[in-house]
Amino acid sequence: MSAATLYGLCSAALIGLGLFGLITHPQALRKILAFNLIGSGVFLLFGVAARRGAAAGFGGDPVPQALVITGLVVAFVSTAVAVSLLLRLFQETGRTTLSSDE
Amino acid sequence: MAFDILLGTLVLGVAIWTVAARDTFAAVIGFVAFGLLVALVWVRLAASDVALTEAALGSGLTGGLLLGAGTRLARVETIATEKPGAILGLSAAAVCALISTGVALIVFLLPEPAPTLAPQVAANIATTGLENPVPAVLMAYRAIDTLLEVIVLLLALLATWSLAPDDLWGGLPGHHDPADLDGVLTFVAQLLVPVGVLVGIHIFWIGSVAPGGEFQGATILAAMWILLSMAGLVDMPPVNRRWLRMVLVAGPAVFFAIGLAGFAIAGGFLAYPPSYAKQLILTIEIPLTLSIAATLALLVAGPPERQASG
Repeated sequence: MSAATLYGLCSAALIGLGLFGLITHPQALRKILAFNLIGSGVFLLFGVAARRGAAAGFGGDPVPQALVITGLVVAFVSTAVAVSLLLRLFQETGRTTLSSDE
Repeated sequence: MAFDILLGTLVLGVAIWTVAARDTFAAVIGFVAFGLLVALVWVRLAASDVALTEAALGSGLTGGLLLGAGTRLARVETIATEKPGAILGLSAAAVCALISTGVALIVFLLPEPAPTLAPQVAANIATTGLENPVPAVLMAYRAIDTLLEVIVLLLALLATWSLAPDDLWGGLPGHHDPADLDGVLTFVAQLLVPVGVLVGIHIFWIGSVAPGGEFQGATILAAMWILLSMAGLVDMPPVNRRWLRMVLVAGPAVFFAIGLAGFAIAGGFLAYPPSYAKQLILTIEIPLTLSIAATLALLVAGPPERQASG
């Protein structure tokens, strides 16, 4: 098994793990963390595809690598907006969960 | 290979900690460590440009943002909230295991030989004047993605600012404690910021030939601004200042203008004439780096929380 395949399996586990955290944690901040774990798993899959496409003297296919850089930046700004929403929710209601039964 | 197995196990271990930790703050710390380990994975996957971005942005800036939020929420987060029932937990675990297995199967069934665009990138890289293929993709082949991305950055900042209460619109983001001139944080800021700014500019500049580029450089510059603000040495400006708005839109505006000029000088939107492609790309990248740095720093600072005086 190549290193790329190994990290591919690692990203598959990360996606499942993040999804589990997203479903089971009631606190919004934990959901944001879990969502970032899913994101890391998906980005690593791009990295695996890039590594397998190593050719022409490059260690990996630069196109998926560039897409991941774009993805990382967008993931960060989404996290920032989500955190701002959460802090505003906390200011307004004093709650940090999204449960609807109150 | 032994190193890869160790690293993969560590990454998964820290990820499990991030999901399973009882304390939210401990989970955030776990996530920061996770980001640094993933940066190492990127190095192992021969993607140094991505590794730099992950370390600076995915771990550093995201970590700072989440730690700030974790501190503010710590008082209520420690009070145990309702736990999901055993049935929900078990069925969620089953569904997630199924999805992981599905993705793992896809990894094993990836086509051989792997499809790649690397030869096309190598064949045309001379026309961009750059030597590092990743910025060549970002700034030339897929420049439209990058242009849209920096516009997404601006939209995200607008969304964050929109969360300010009505009476604070246009005010100053975050808290400001005057600098404690004997404090450790002030000392670190005074020592680190000049070096950090230099490193940020270097990483931006080196991007055309070696791993680096405008996003990595801008992230480091943003981190230095945040450090100065945390140490109380400078205050964030009120978000309604005209000069600030100009800095924020300068990069995307120059990018868009040169993209439009491509119709006249190279026969298409965002096309560069090969004889001075590198000069054009640099003309875009310099204001773009400043705009991205300012946007990232203000995103971490959050919506306005204090009224602007005067």
